[in-house]
Amino acid sequence: MDWLFSFPHLSDDTLRAWKKAVDAGFLAFTRTYGDAIEHLFDPLQYFLIHSERVLLGAPWPIVVLVFAAIAWFAGRSRIVVAGTVSTLLAIGLFDMWEDTMKTISMIVVCTVLSIVLGIPIGIAMSRSDRLQKSINPILDVMQTLPSFVYLIPVVMLLGIGKVPGLIAVVIYAIPPMIRLTDLGIRLVDRDVLEAADAFGSSSWQKLVKVQLPLALPTMMAGVNQTIMMALAMVVIASMIGVQGLGQPVLKAIANQYFTLGVMNGLAIVGIAIIFDRVSQAYGRRLQKHRSVVHG
Amino acid sequence: MAEPPAEGGGIEIRRLYKIFGANARDYLALVERGMSKAELMARHGHVLGLRDVNIHMKPGCIQVIMGLSGSGKSTLIRHINRLIDPTAGEVWVDGVDVVKMNGSELRQFRRRHTAMVFQKFALLPHRTVLDNAVFGLEMKGVARAGQVESAMRWLARVGLAGFEDRYPNQLSGGMQQRVGLARALANDAPIMLMDEAFSALDPLIRVDMQTVLLDLQKEIKKTIVFITHDLDEALRLGDAIAILRDGEVIQQGTNQDIVLRPADDYVASFVKEVNRGRVIKVEAIMGPATDNADAPKLAIASDAVLEDAARLLAGANQTALAVLDGKGRRVGCVDIQRILSAMVTPVASGGGERRDSSLALRDLEPSAETATRG
Repeated sequence: MDWLFSFPHLSDDTLRAWKKAVDAGFLAFTRTYGDAIEHLFDPLQYFLIHSERVLLGAPWPIVVLVFAAIAWFAGRSRIVVAGTVSTLLAIGLFDMWEDTMKTISMIVVCTVLSIVLGIPIGIAMSRSDRLQKSINPILDVMQTLPSFVYLIPVVMLLGIGKVPGLIAVVIYAIPPMIRLTDLGIRLVDRDVLEAADAFGSSSWQKLVKVQLPLALPTMMAGVNQTIMMALAMVVIASMIGVQGLGQPVLKAIANQYFTLGVMNGLAIVGIAIIFDRVSQAYGRRLQKHRSVVHG
Repeated sequence: MAEPPAEGGGIEIRRLYKIFGANARDYLALVERGMSKAELMARHGHVLGLRDVNIHMKPGCIQVIMGLSGSGKSTLIRHINRLIDPTAGEVWVDGVDVVKMNGSELRQFRRRHTAMVFQKFALLPHRTVLDNAVFGLEMKGVARAGQVESAMRWLARVGLAGFEDRYPNQLSGGMQQRVGLARALANDAPIMLMDEAFSALDPLIRVDMQTVLLDLQKEIKKTIVFITHDLDEALRLGDAIAILRDGEVIQQGTNQDIVLRPADDYVASFVKEVNRGRVIKVEAIMGPATDNADAPKLAIASDAVLEDAARLLAGANQTALAVLDGKGRRVGCVDIQRILSAMVTPVASGGGERRDSSLALRDLEPSAETATRG
């Protein structure tokens, strides 16, 4: 009855040999192609370094002003602008300006990359049920696999630093962008699509002039989610060398510095709220045509 | 119903069949041999959409296709621009079979030859009225200035001048459908497909829009295919009417044919509810012209409806009218009895009863039903 109480597993030797083989295989792969793949990501590195340099190099009042202006144009709401400015000033006052700028630059690059990659994938998914069925489980894995686990191959392949951190963040943050692009396009009213067909639109015309504009509010919700998830991932990414607000948090965990941890944590919350409110306000403004309904 | 200028736009539908379901083609032979819609559904789980539809639609005329929901009328109109592919059959427009077109030919056909108006308007909510109206021209690749010029003209023509910058949500249903109409008209296609275009509007607005359409048609002379479930609307708009039931055409003809000679009980049961005085024309019931001295002093045009004739008689306190054709010649005469008997619903309506003017007197026997209907 022994087999009933302890699960009959593969023998330890077999398992060890198998793990060794896979590890060795991957190691060989990284040794052979690691450099080439690293070069592939050079443009990203360039992008990251420059966005960070711009945010850190500019005088802080101008940065605050620019953020206030973006908040205003996105939402046209004074409350959002006031919140943005006061949060940024508080962050600066508590000497977290530099780390915050590094984090923001990381988030911006991650979000842009997620949007640029996510929208075409989402569009492709919306056009084919088969593709949707095969991509969905991959997205599930990307969102549920503990992030530390996919940090391992990324670090093995690219070492530690900004770019591996970026890749880890994008893997974690891109699923909502893909899913909500797909959903937004699938939710477009069939009557409107039929009208587009009846007037002889090509599938490109239909996509650009009908489907994407009507899916835009849903896609904006995807952008918002992507930003939030990227922020959540920033602390974990600091473990592989991403600079910014995550690193003091990591230090605080290691050394039990309560105040340091809370301050930097709150700074992350602060910029999360700014990004959230501003992107949501922008999303609402895109839907202005829906709000004024005839009696 | 004068023959319009021959600038094309005639539609010829031949032996059109549509079966919905995964293996539609396999069951075509069964349907051709006469399997009923219910039997096809029960035995094979396929839905019979259309069966052996043959309609010739004259260019420049309003062809109404009438039927209740599920009769296949919306399916039929979607075969003309092939939003739905037929299971079998041909749809000829200007000498080309739409069914045989490939993708890009079909797209060009839809851009240049047809325009469509939808029951639920199907406007783009994120575009202004003007940008909605230019949509068809945009698909065609017309330059923006040309798009705007044409769209503004038609928006003004349907009574929407000054509303160009509004969004569809800011307009009432009737106004939204005017936008839909302007969008179709701006396309300047010889064929207009109108799928229950006025059905979603409330009754007063609907009559209003019918008037707009009839006025427009006098100048644009397009081939209009108009789908409706409302017989009053069909009789008012249609130069020709086809009645559809369970995917089959059960009667085709002018509004006079439908009202005076319903093909079967089904049509007759619809016709019973119609205000006959506003549909039946004087020429359909007139007797021979009299040349002698007691000829009527009042005259009326032969295409006037009975209600107008009755009003004229009542106002002048007369009992008979001379009927004049388009050129002012006397072609017949009607008296008040003929008019009255044609205006009331026949007592034993239906049963394929053939009514014509010679039977009219018999129907004048008083009965409770006809007396109250007037």
